[in-house]
Amino acid sequence: MGLFDLFRSRPKNTASVAAERLRIIVMQERKADGRGSHDYLPTMRREILEVIRKYINVDADAIDIHVTHEGEGEVLELSVVLPEKPAAPPAAPAADSEDA
Amino acid sequence: MTEVIVVTSGKGGVGKTTTSASLAVGLAKRGKKVAVIDFDVGLRNLDLIMGCERRVVYDFVNVIQGECTLKQALIKDKRIETLYVLAASQTRDKDALTKEGVERVLKELEEDGFDTVVCDSPAGIEKGAALAMYFADRAVVVVNPEVSSVRDSDRILGLLSSKTRRAEQGGTGVEQHLLLTRYNPERVANGDMMGLNDVKDILGIEVIGVIPESEGVLSASNAGVPVILDEASEAGQAYADAVARLCGEERPMRFTEAQKKGFFSRIFGA
Repeated sequence: MGLFDLFRSRPKNTASVAAERLRIIVMQERKADGRGSHDYLPTMRREILEVIRKYINVDADAIDIHVTHEGEGEVLELSVVLPEKPAAPPAAPAADSEDA
Repeated sequence: MTEVIVVTSGKGGVGKTTTSASLAVGLAKRGKKVAVIDFDVGLRNLDLIMGCERRVVYDFVNVIQGECTLKQALIKDKRIETLYVLAASQTRDKDALTKEGVERVLKELEEDGFDTVVCDSPAGIEKGAALAMYFADRAVVVVNPEVSSVRDSDRILGLLSSKTRRAEQGGTGVEQHLLLTRYNPERVANGDMMGLNDVKDILGIEVIGVIPESEGVLSASNAGVPVILDEASEAGQAYADAVARLCGEERPMRFTEAQKKGFFSRIFGA
């Protein structure tokens, strides 16, 4: 920095602009990928499956779990397909949802 | 057990090959038996950076296709006893690599008593990059403090946590580290370049090393001597620190603070 640079106005801090832009885009792209804050989902899915299997014999792929966005909030949706029983009517998916 | 370390980035030109070469040399200097493999089929460059380009007879694809033995293709480094290079093929395309072939080569390296295999990934997210990371135990993601590099690194982090053997097995997944290269502390202090903490916060993983922008890097690649062997250069010392951290040692970060300028250099320009 020379003598004359001292009197020149400094340009806007571009590094902080870059960091802010990246924070936003990286967060968005992680959400689109289903990554980031929800990386506990596979583990949670497995543990829920174990609990259900204590009572009902369901298939490993009978559980569907995902997070959807509704306006500002997020909704955790969990559906479990129960096995068909001879006498019972065709198993309807037992849907349950709650705020994440 | 052989530990497989992938050096990857997404974006090209950030310093993957320079990093692969220096990490491999650094680990081998610590007594580990190391193989460093160039996965960039068609754009071989690791041989140049390692300074063994005239000794390449057989390459990685030759081994995978069974045209030679692994022993014939491994180039023994002339400086470090326990270091070997496996060059990429210059004439084939990326489809010459297969998952089974890569797995077989890694298994054979394990049987030969290798402690560490460093996989130098090509840029991008295509087959070569996907195969370089698939069998990794650990990943060193090379990133420049610059918007496109940081964004691409995050894509790679996503792939590491989903498209790797460790991710598919569940469990702990691939251990991920960030390595910042081309770091210029003066520009960070001036607010022209994102700092170490910015990049760490955005990507949310731990930093294993910060390599300052240094003339030593170009001189080293000009000469075909991995920069870690230039112990006088800041980049060389920073790579040595990164290797120590990879081995579990604690080292304070160096070369990340701007040099304080004296009164005269402020007035008259540096």
